[in-house]
Amino acid sequence: MKNQNKFNLLPLSPTVDKVGVEERVSRFQKRSIKTNSKMDGLKMVLNMIDLTTLEGKDTPGKVRQMCYKAIHLHDSFPGLPTVAAVCVYPSMVGLAKSMVKDSGVKVASVSTAFPSGQAPLDVKITDTKYAVEQGADEIDMVISRGKFLAGEYSFVFDEIAQIKEVCGEARLKVILETGELATLDNVRKASDLAIYAGADFIKTSTGKIQPAATMQVTYTMLMAIRDYYDETGIMVGMKPAGGISNSKLALHNLVMVKELLGDEWLTNEWFRFGASSLANDVLMQILKTDTGKYQSSDYFTID
Amino acid sequence: MKRVEILKTYKIYSGGKFPRTESGRYYMALDKKGNPIANMCLGSRKDVRNAVVSARKALGAWSGKTAFNRSQILYRIAEVIEGRKSQFVEELILQGSQKNSAIKEVEDSIDRIVYYAGWCDKFCQIGSSVNPVSSSHFNFSTYEPVGVVGLIAPQDSSLLGLVSLLMPIIAGGNTCVVLANESLPLCSITFSEVLHASDVPGGAVNIITGHISELIKPLSTHMDVNALAFSGLNELKKEIDLFSVENLKRVRSYDLNWKNTDTQGLHYITDFQEVKTTWHPIENIGGATSTY
Repeated sequence: MKNQNKFNLLPLSPTVDKVGVEERVSRFQKRSIKTNSKMDGLKMVLNMIDLTTLEGKDTPGKVRQMCYKAIHLHDSFPGLPTVAAVCVYPSMVGLAKSMVKDSGVKVASVSTAFPSGQAPLDVKITDTKYAVEQGADEIDMVISRGKFLAGEYSFVFDEIAQIKEVCGEARLKVILETGELATLDNVRKASDLAIYAGADFIKTSTGKIQPAATMQVTYTMLMAIRDYYDETGIMVGMKPAGGISNSKLALHNLVMVKELLGDEWLTNEWFRFGASSLANDVLMQILKTDTGKYQSSDYFTID
Repeated sequence: MKRVEILKTYKIYSGGKFPRTESGRYYMALDKKGNPIANMCLGSRKDVRNAVVSARKALGAWSGKTAFNRSQILYRIAEVIEGRKSQFVEELILQGSQKNSAIKEVEDSIDRIVYYAGWCDKFCQIGSSVNPVSSSHFNFSTYEPVGVVGLIAPQDSSLLGLVSLLMPIIAGGNTCVVLANESLPLCSITFSEVLHASDVPGGAVNIITGHISELIKPLSTHMDVNALAFSGLNELKKEIDLFSVENLKRVRSYDLNWKNTDTQGLHYITDFQEVKTTWHPIENIGGATSTY
């Protein structure tokens, strides 16, 4: 398998200066973004959201409702984009696919025994195959954090490479679950591992573990993407997920992406937000910016 | 050399904390002769926004308390003011009151708080009803708080006016965002320190100082504010009504001298209550027919 041979090419990950990262990140959060650029930024955020429902209690009705919302974010305000994708469990992919049809909204499916990843490889492959057959455009896999922390990097690498093969046309997002990786050095190591093993996207978290997508973690992963791009000229996408629930934080993330990676990454092909409650907050901000009136969640759909 | 007195900076009360205004601005409260007596935060629309978010968050905690517990907490507010009476009197005098009328205003305020403390677990029974209906239902109507209430504190009285409108609002389980008296602001912030020390959950009452003319718009256009209360301000009444129309805010305006003893009563509480009617299916208890 060609990807597995690449494990030997995996460079030594640089160590991460935690204090330096915090300092740099705090500067991104001091940018003032007003009026027109704020409005454009907010619409861009909406268009980058992977609207997500990953609960044991998900029903077809819930998924149907979310897919409808993905396409019709707030119809009383014309000119809004759709979200980038809906993100569901494999069992809901077929339904989600039939709902979004040709709206341009993609269907992403988590797989590989999400969220723990504690299953044998053949189960993970079957899980992924099923999602792809059901029509998933994107696969969000989790890495085996236990193996990673035990130092079995080649195991993790091979696993990602094999899932990548199963994905076929579907784009692969690799979830590092940074909340369980403990240090930024580990985050960087896991990012490099995932990228070299063939990830199209690297993603921070499942959303089930706190802390999730802190800006420090996202920064570290973005740097890994940049270094890989400088090395090979190949672009890799980034998806912070979990914990980004308000517009301000989302805008700060965009600022960070622009300054670290540049404008090419500022589209939903290369940058996504994994979130469930972010969309409503962004909608409320857009309406506030438009009308000058602070909004109430009473007037937005529950999702 | 004469010692230069240090002026206290009175900070706003928002979400159970005492932050400075996010705008970093301030203004000076003046005594009758125009001498500065304190630095006040000059609140901004973002302070209003943050306060409304806190009030919305606190609504569950405050309205979910038992009515009896709310009563105890209101009574506690009265007790704490009683203990800090001299500070309130001093501040009123500093703001230009005569000593006797200052003492009377503080005492009247304490009495009014105790009055509303008593109402907390009684107004609901008095206003609720079981309604006769011509179907097999047990039909009853009862009160629920309207939600987040914006209160523009009466501008002619520093403490008593605030207490007279704030107490009935929170006695009924609402949470509140108060725009403090602009020219006589000292007591409102000292009062928020009392609230803070009286088991009132953080965010249930938020008090912002600043220019009323600047803060009225963000408060009264806010879609997440369910009702508005103010007193006087007749010249602004029409404007406030127009601002409030989009989410059909309930607007209650009063034009009263809060020093009068008849400016307290049950209807100040029910002005900020919704009536909820429940139809509960039952067996046909009225129809004792031959087949029954």
